[in-house]
Amino acid sequence: MNKGSYSIFEGYHAKKTVEKIAAMSFTFCAFIAVLAVFSITVYMLISGTPAIFEVGMKDILFGTVWMPNAAEPKFGILYVILTSIVGTMLAILIGVPIGLLTAVFLAETAPKPLAKLVRPAVELLAGIPSVIYGLLGILILNPVIYKLEIAVYRNSPKHQFTGGSNLISAVLVLAIMILPTVINISETALRSVPAQYKQAALALGATHIQTIFKVLLPSAKSGIMTAIILGVGRAIGEAMAISLVAGNSANQPLPFHSVRFLTTAVVSEMSYAADTHKRVLFTIGMVLFAFIMLINLLLSKVMKGEKRDANIKKHL
Amino acid sequence: MPTSRSIYNKRRRPMDVAAHILIYLSAFVSILLLAGIVGYVAYRGSTAVSLQFLTTVPSMIRGTFGIAGNIVNTLYMIVLTLLIAVPFGVGAAIYLNEYARPGRFVRLIEFTTETLAGLPSITFGLFGYVFFGITFKLGYSILTGALTLSLMVLPLITRNTQEALKTVPAGYRNGALGIGATKWYMIRTILLPSAIPGIITGIILAIGRIVGESAALLFTAGSGFLLPKLGQYGEGLLQKVMQPGGTLTIQLFLSMENAQYEEAFGIALVLLVIIFCINRLTKYLSKKFDVSKY
Repeated sequence: MNKGSYSIFEGYHAKKTVEKIAAMSFTFCAFIAVLAVFSITVYMLISGTPAIFEVGMKDILFGTVWMPNAAEPKFGILYVILTSIVGTMLAILIGVPIGLLTAVFLAETAPKPLAKLVRPAVELLAGIPSVIYGLLGILILNPVIYKLEIAVYRNSPKHQFTGGSNLISAVLVLAIMILPTVINISETALRSVPAQYKQAALALGATHIQTIFKVLLPSAKSGIMTAIILGVGRAIGEAMAISLVAGNSANQPLPFHSVRFLTTAVVSEMSYAADTHKRVLFTIGMVLFAFIMLINLLLSKVMKGEKRDANIKKHL
Repeated sequence: MPTSRSIYNKRRRPMDVAAHILIYLSAFVSILLLAGIVGYVAYRGSTAVSLQFLTTVPSMIRGTFGIAGNIVNTLYMIVLTLLIAVPFGVGAAIYLNEYARPGRFVRLIEFTTETLAGLPSITFGLFGYVFFGITFKLGYSILTGALTLSLMVLPLITRNTQEALKTVPAGYRNGALGIGATKWYMIRTILLPSAIPGIITGIILAIGRIVGESAALLFTAGSGFLLPKLGQYGEGLLQKVMQPGGTLTIQLFLSMENAQYEEAFGIALVLLVIIFCINRLTKYLSKKFDVSKY
């Protein structure tokens, strides 16, 4: 045997050690994700709970007055939580139908050259940084909403004018932000419906529209649910884009009120908060984390359904 | 047979017409919005971008503004994050694809990877601030930011590497093992080189994510904008890693807060160009390395 050749019998012990080290390193790498999620959960809990004990759970979670810098500071985040929920739901109500119908357009009713042009554009737009949406929101959307606000509340002296930074602006920005996500995933889901479904429906005499709404969309249901849930996750976690268009007071989530979301509350006050105030901000972060985990659990249940459907479809 | 039932007698259903209109309207709204965003940013940003804008740092004395420092910070962030995330991500993918047996442990890993992928960036920002900034005493620095971002892009790299490893034919693996190679040797010499295109795709997608990230960096990397000093042997370049550094997106946010919209649009245009190039690169590479074409 030459020196340079690789014998499969020589160096057995050295090779075995190297193999063992390699296997252990890879296992460790895979475990990092588990470690990370575990650490994040632990740290969220560690940073978030002291404030609950300091201020009292009922006062924080169910209080409605947010005045951290008053002589007797109040830390009620109920309105903030409600704003996040209501704002996300409204953004979904606006963004999902438009996104879904656009996905239908791209997958079914668009002329091929147009679809070829638009699809990469939508994929590109899914990667735009969120701050750019915020920039456009504050420069284009806010003035428009302000004009609307003036028109609606012209004769009411009690209304506090928000200058365009209110729930409506934030909801619209969120709806636009989730459009690319919803369109991309829904379109993929629609295209993965087996061709036999569509052909069978058309052969039986259904019109194209009937086929789309009664056959294709229901078949793509789990993919569309995934798109919606991912959209919800994106909307509820968005901080930078809406921090300048949502206003800055913790009010009830009504359309023309200057409001605060869970995320914007953290972003706007973290830089100058101190002591208890800061700890309450971490509690807000913890509440947000809890919401996201719930949504993720929901997503994994839906994905399981999708795997089951995909397995069924494979047998057709 | 009543003629209204015949499929040759197509009657116009009002619902169908309405649905058609809605579909076209929605698509029109979407396309208009998305095109308008790009167009408006390009329009307003083109006046701000100049050679001075791209190559200098803000100077109070001269009253000028420039994003060279931010560009350098973004580059630092990309390189550092990838240096941390790629080894762990590829290692995790190799474990999941080659070593793991189906069971509770693997399901736990996959669940946590999916969870990491779904957490909003502000949660990572808070975690990075407390964990890396305070507990590890790294404070506001590019390193803190890079560690936080590497957690965010880890699932991306793991997933893409897994996909790439799956496309390597079983024959390659079995052949190598059959002629006596050990597993690590086989991974090193056969699997990884074949999977490199997919890994590179994952890396480029990660770069796209890193460039666009802002909330996670606000409390971890801070907002410095000076260029690194070179020092005697270039050690200033290394010291920069421990100093606060604002990336392009952070600077955009700050300019926005200070109502310096001209500059903000300039940064936005630069960001759009970068994202566009990354997107094109990904498409080109994935077409070039498309194994299924053979």
